[in-house]
Amino acid sequence: MSELHHIGLTGLAAGLRARRFSSVELAEAFLKRIEASQGALNAFISVTRAQALSDAAAADRALAAGTGGALTGVPIAHKDLFCTQGVRTTCGSRMLDDFVSPYDATVVAKLKRAGAVMLGKTNMDEFAMGSSNETSYYGPVRNPWDQRLVPGGSSGGSAAAVAARLVPGATATDTGGSIRQPAALCGITGLKPTYGRVSRYGMVAFASSLDQGGVLTTSAADAALMLREMAGFDPNDSTSVEREVPDYVAQLDAPLAGLKVGLLKEFFDKGLDPENERRVREALKVFEGLGAKLTEVSLPNLPLSVPVYYVVAPAECSSNLARFDGVRYGHRCENPRDLLDLYRRSRGEGFGAEVKRRIMTGTYVLSAGYYDAYYLKAQRVRQLISADFTRAFADVDVVMGPTTPTPAFAIGAKTSDPITMYLNDIYTIGANLAGLPGVSVPCGFVGELPVGLQIVGPHFSEARLLSAAHAFQGATDWHTRVPGGFA
Amino acid sequence: MYDFPLIFRIPRPATSRIPMALTREQIESIAALARLELTAAELPVYQRSLSSILEFVGALERADTASVAPMAHPLPGLSQRLRPDEVTEQDHHAEYQQNAPQTAAGLYLVPKVIE
Repeated sequence: MSELHHIGLTGLAAGLRARRFSSVELAEAFLKRIEASQGALNAFISVTRAQALSDAAAADRALAAGTGGALTGVPIAHKDLFCTQGVRTTCGSRMLDDFVSPYDATVVAKLKRAGAVMLGKTNMDEFAMGSSNETSYYGPVRNPWDQRLVPGGSSGGSAAAVAARLVPGATATDTGGSIRQPAALCGITGLKPTYGRVSRYGMVAFASSLDQGGVLTTSAADAALMLREMAGFDPNDSTSVEREVPDYVAQLDAPLAGLKVGLLKEFFDKGLDPENERRVREALKVFEGLGAKLTEVSLPNLPLSVPVYYVVAPAECSSNLARFDGVRYGHRCENPRDLLDLYRRSRGEGFGAEVKRRIMTGTYVLSAGYYDAYYLKAQRVRQLISADFTRAFADVDVVMGPTTPTPAFAIGAKTSDPITMYLNDIYTIGANLAGLPGVSVPCGFVGELPVGLQIVGPHFSEARLLSAAHAFQGATDWHTRVPGGFA
Repeated sequence: MYDFPLIFRIPRPATSRIPMALTREQIESIAALARLELTAAELPVYQRSLSSILEFVGALERADTASVAPMAHPLPGLSQRLRPDEVTEQDHHAEYQQNAPQTAAGLYLVPKVIE
């Protein structure tokens, strides 16, 4: 039997059902890896050992009784912005350092119902605002491929944990690339579903028209299994879409021959690292070999996606984060002079630098006299970008390109200039603005560092994206590579 | 290092209504609106970075959006769903207040508001 941490989510679920190992054995094995890695990677904010072992024992009883679900006994981790009843949810912020949610996020509840066992909550950029996991109040996460480098963000803890095989799968969220970008930089598979596919209830809100929960796993097949259990209509989320969830697992082997692939012209510009570009073009050749038909497509407004994002996302963030008032929950300053002082100091102390920057940017672009010039203008350009995608999908089934401009960069390299940091998400933001699903799959290495290929499809085309990624992973072995030191 | 996309190098329209840089007073006023206490050391940092962000997003001015409606929902044709106006929640008052920094007799405590 191969070592447990190399089996992957689907294999572990099958192995548990066949009683080849127990859920308690799995929890022990992965908890040991988590605890041993914590000093090096800092991937977790909370490790819930006692609860995990008791849930695993319950899973073993369910498996023995034959009453398990699709994921019964499988260990997973949640990004620390999914509310977990009785377990603190910090969102990577001092503001929520001691916040214990009174309820479970729908995603957490659904995965619990499917039988998954939570081992802990993963580190992340504060309130999911960041592309490098350096804005966390709990310190940066380090990339398992090279600990001097960032893992990407904002779901950096979930990505590093899956890449280092500390858990076979983890939840994550993607507002501007926060699933796909760290997946690319850590050499794993990351899927951001269509807006409305996965409930946002119990996800701490950042930018409500862009936020979407998704998965990080080592393969597309595992992502399909986890997504199938997470997705679906939720009356508690007013943007959740009433639409049946297809069986993504059953559709994994859909034939790829004849798939019309559009190469995103705007993504192969001079900002793309030449070696990174070579790996992506080699991956496209693999798709061609599998029978895909490649054509170039142009989305002329796509280069404006980063400026649109840095108006819309801060605007929504400034509204969402207004709820942190030092009164009902969250950090409160010492000895406030009056109510205004209470608000201002609690927020000034509780939020980190990047969060404050975005709240202020958002406050400004929504303020009287500037709302039309910034916010409405950005929402108009967003419409143009969305229309570009719609036009492209009239001719092709999916579009492909790089996930990021470069492989992982050094911790500290981009913290002094926010614009340089923001441009990391230049290839991922478009899908969020248009509400489209996207997946990043490992497609090779630049030196010792993994890079990703991104596939974006029309609304609700997750099954198509996953089967294309699955076919690619059947023809390549990049997704099976494990960082040295974590083999 | 990343090379800025082309859009960033096109000159701004002469008719631009968007200011290039924010003053210290503007930063103070934004922070007051956002209910954020900033330290003296933080002010110039945000003055610089917010100015550069506004310059960066100023690229939007170049897009022709004369006949384009602002996007209201990421999914075409969808708008906010409404539910029947029925009571579905129970009282979780005591549980919710466990996260509150200061409460008494089921109330949230704040500094005196009325003299």
